[in-house]
Amino acid sequence: MPHFERLYNFACWLTQDRLEAEDLVQETYAKALKGFSSFQPGTNFRAWIYKILRNTFLTSRTGLKATATVPLDPEDEEEILPSVSETPESILLQRSDGQLLEQAMEQLPVAYREVLLLCEVEEMSYQEIAATLAIPIGTVMSRLSRARKALRDDLRVRLQKR
Amino acid sequence: MVCESWKAKLDTYLDGELPAEEMRTFDAHVRGCVSCAADALTRVQMKRAIQVTGKRFTPSAEFRKRIQQSIAPKPQRSFRLTWILAAAAVVLVAAALTTTYMATRSARNQVSRDEVSRNQASRNQVFSEIADLHVATLASASPVDVVSTDRHTVKPWFQGKIPFAFNLPELENTQFSLVGGRMAYLDQTPGAHLIYDVRKHHISVFIFQERALPPSLSAKSTSAKSALGADDNSLASTDLPFNMETWNQGGLRYFVIGDASSADIDGLARLLKAAS
Repeated sequence: MPHFERLYNFACWLTQDRLEAEDLVQETYAKALKGFSSFQPGTNFRAWIYKILRNTFLTSRTGLKATATVPLDPEDEEEILPSVSETPESILLQRSDGQLLEQAMEQLPVAYREVLLLCEVEEMSYQEIAATLAIPIGTVMSRLSRARKALRDDLRVRLQKR
Repeated sequence: MVCESWKAKLDTYLDGELPAEEMRTFDAHVRGCVSCAADALTRVQMKRAIQVTGKRFTPSAEFRKRIQQSIAPKPQRSFRLTWILAAAAVVLVAAALTTTYMATRSARNQVSRDEVSRNQASRNQVFSEIADLHVATLASASPVDVVSTDRHTVKPWFQGKIPFAFNLPELENTQFSLVGGRMAYLDQTPGAHLIYDVRKHHISVFIFQERALPPSLSAKSTSAKSALGADDNSLASTDLPFNMETWNQGGLRYFVIGDASSADIDGLARLLKAAS
């Protein structure tokens, strides 16, 4: 089963519920098998199957709720420069507080969480991410940049609270 | 402040997504700039931390098994179970009919109809397994074990691996091309699986010994053309929109299956028949 463990991990991050993630993965494989003729050999299989999973998630109850409550990022906005004055990363890493990072990642809006996971965990290229999310590469870059900034900001707040 | 423009691109640089020339310039800059180097280091550490935290869910063995069962070619056990269920259904239907309707005549008709539908169910089971083998192979990272467009390379590869020999057609001046081959198992019988291409469609050709397969296949005359999914008894995977042709020739059972047009499937089947 190609990408099974990775797909399951990704599904868990999207749904934030193991049972729902299992249903999502199962449905993804069923859809992939059924629609296999629509897969064009030579194109990226990984992007294709992740796209099925993500689309299935977005049309699920949880997915609709998750995307409805969060306004999507204004894609054409100016690139936001990452803040360099403070580095919550270094404080976090010094404290080696994995739990804090986990919570911050969980709290990210789905659109940010998914792009960050595809880049950092799945180690997809921008091109692959663009194919998976069906968005232009420029949008991948700006969304990724916003996701990282949002994560850093959230971490900063969490670190201050402690 | 001089570094502001570098820092804006730091993440893209660390993702390895800057153009090659810019990557090299950036490399040189980071080596010379303490501030950018320190930033790069913490961001790399952050990337690693996200990666570790991000890989936190693993599927249970139970779930893995469930998915495997739902997508893998149907195992022998479920094949037998289908038979038992089919037989049980036959008995129930026959019993109900005999008690309620015109006892003798109706019952006699039913028996022969059951025989036909049982053969049909078994045949569909085999077709379904063939379709599953075809899909599972194409989904695999390495669909063929012997990669060659040359039939004189592919055919000898099967020597000693399968208990029979077969001939492959010459494809020059045809629209078909040979991609390669691999071993296949149907009903615990080894056979040959060849993959052909026609206009970007993949077609699988399976060859097995007829006597090793369920007798229901040979009960039907040769060149049975099947649009899978037509029968109510068929399993989910048989809903796949494949064209398939199957026939028996020289004691061997051939299956040609793919999502190519029925004319293409037929064309390849003709070539194979002529070569055998």
